Amino acid sequence: MAKIKGAIVVDTERCKGCNLCVVACPTDVIALNKLVNGKGFNPAFPENHGACIACMSCSLVCPDMCITVYRYKPQKETV
Amino acid sequence: MSENITPEEIIKKGTLVFEKTKLMTDAHLSYCPGCGHGVAHRITMEVLEEMGVGDQAIGIAPVGCSVLAYDFMNIDMQQAAHGRAPAVATGIKRLYPEKYVFTYQGDGDLAAIGTNETIHACNRGENIVIIFVNNGIYGMTGGQMAPTTLEGMVSSTSPYGRDLGMTGHPIKITEMLAMLPGVCYATRHAVHKPGLVRKTKKAIKKAFENQRDKKGTSIIEIVSNCNSGWKMTPVKSNEWLEENMLPVFPLGDIKG
Amino acid sequence: MEEIKLMKGNEAFAEAVIREGVDAYFGYPITPQSEVIEYLMLEEPYKRTGMVVLQAESEIGAIHMVYGAAGAGKKAVTSSSSPGISLKQEGISYMAGSELPCVMLNVVRGGPGLGTIQPSQADYFQTVKGGGHGDYKLIVLAPASVQEMADFVEDGFKMAFKYRTPVMLLSDGLIGQMMEKVQLKPQKARLSNEEIREKYGSWATIGHKPEERTIITSLELKSERQEKHNHKLQAKYREIEKKEVRLEKFNCENADYLLVAYGSSARICQKTIQLGKEKGINIGLIRPITLWPFPSDEINKAADKVKGVLSVELSAGQMVDDVRLAVNGKVPVEHYGRFGGMIHSPDEVLEALEKNFIK
Repeated sequence: MAKIKGAIVVDTERCKGCNLCVVACPTDVIALNKLVNGKGFNPAFPENHGACIACMSCSLVCPDMCITVYRYKPQKETV
Repeated sequence: MSENITPEEIIKKGTLVFEKTKLMTDAHLSYCPGCGHGVAHRITMEVLEEMGVGDQAIGIAPVGCSVLAYDFMNIDMQQAAHGRAPAVATGIKRLYPEKYVFTYQGDGDLAAIGTNETIHACNRGENIVIIFVNNGIYGMTGGQMAPTTLEGMVSSTSPYGRDLGMTGHPIKITEMLAMLPGVCYATRHAVHKPGLVRKTKKAIKKAFENQRDKKGTSIIEIVSNCNSGWKMTPVKSNEWLEENMLPVFPLGDIKG
Repeated sequence: MEEIKLMKGNEAFAEAVIREGVDAYFGYPITPQSEVIEYLMLEEPYKRTGMVVLQAESEIGAIHMVYGAAGAGKKAVTSSSSPGISLKQEGISYMAGSELPCVMLNVVRGGPGLGTIQPSQADYFQTVKGGGHGDYKLIVLAPASVQEMADFVEDGFKMAFKYRTPVMLLSDGLIGQMMEKVQLKPQKARLSNEEIREKYGSWATIGHKPEERTIITSLELKSERQEKHNHKLQAKYREIEKKEVRLEKFNCENADYLLVAYGSSARICQKTIQLGKEKGINIGLIRPITLWPFPSDEINKAADKVKGVLSVELSAGQMVDDVRLAVNGKVPVEHYGRFGGMIHSPDEVLEALEKNFIK
């Protein structure tokens, strides 16, 4: 079975660095950036992006609608 | 090899599974970092979008943190005086029975200054949806005691903790409203965890379907955090919510 | 079809509300105006025109229902009496701030506090000078007959929608309770939702796509924008002052003394004019029909020809302030009036005039 893989895009300027997505992510994809955004917050970013499974947990709990989620389901390879 | 696909390629080739609904404006929310209002706003608008009724919806913003809800909810909105949202909603819904009318109110607005308007709108069974965000404090004015503030909970007007003998008990208004025959659906939810957000959204959808089917008043209480008012980090405030708010305000359907 | 009927002032108002094609009435019972909602409930206008009639949980509830309906482009009405109107002030201020049209009726009773249920004109300050918080004005019409209780519904709505502002009919227990002949206008059709969308869709919350959406609010957190909004309101008020002043004059040609009185007090003063004639005293009367905008210019002009002006009100003296401002020191201006539910007689008014200016 090919595993579902995911990717996220964080709107860094909307993000307020609340950390809720970091806690919600079951595969520890997200971390807060040490560099601040234009508002002075440490925005979320996908530090361990390869582990993303597109479960949407981060986007569901994000109060500021900063996270867009993409899903990719690999086709079975024919031999 | 698909197994080695990069995130950049997924974004290019993959399916978009989550993005901000068009029924939320692009304005940055005025709420504090980690505040549950953002999620409550978003899922309410997602429900209207999924039902395809955004252009038939009229929302009422209260006085409180969500006083500016009309800057974020991308639909027709009226701003109501403190506590009066259910009366304003009554005025609209009685004249536009086919529209989707909802109030979005905090605990001070709904459970203190607006109890009269709330109880009687529910008692008349006004065919509206009430989204009630309960964070146990007055956030907008700087963290004063709310009718829902817990026993012993510190606020700027209960600096030594809420004294039940002096100021009464945290009011369980949703249970009270559920007693009224006009209320078809009363339920309590939370939005601090992904699974809970999904459940809350389902409840909001059911509430708007009730309105479509002319069943009466639906009230969705959302127990939420106020990290600024509670003086905690967002993550810590959600833990505190689970440990302290939920035992007093347990989640689940109360009626319907 | 026009119809002539014998009706109470409150009933005539209620019937005129139906015939105006009003969409909704929201009210709460209080003496001496409960006949308004009683009449509407009995008449079942929802069967005649589809009009909504709802007894609210309080005056506060009622005015905010009016706010909601008006914000959605509908013609909405409420009525009450003094203590109830005090409760409505919150919503009235919000409606003025949000620029919402409506017609309200105050059948004034004596105060302060719970006061008395008898007629009074002691709510002049509350109605004309603000009442609620903030810099705003209400258009105020003062009916002096059962006929005007009916006619001012249409007049009120014309101005309310023209200027998008709340209009108050300032009546009293006497006009509300007495019965008179009234000629009722033919039934107007209520506007359809499509007509409302066409006429008021640019501002009313009737459901729009996001790019056309409408917002009703009186909130502006940025002070520079709030000031701009207030300037806009003030410009509107100046226009109303220019265009909407209404008054009635009695015997003002060659009068030596001028009475200024509105509503029921103006009726009493008409008899005083006759009593004066019998005594050889030539008295004129100006009856402001709009209390705001106030007929200051006409009163100022009239003051040129008289020796004194008496403001006659069922209060301890409220409109007299505006009369003094209008007369601007040209001649003495005094007040006379019974209050607390008592009504002055034409003789008492004449006696007060003689005492102040002749003896």
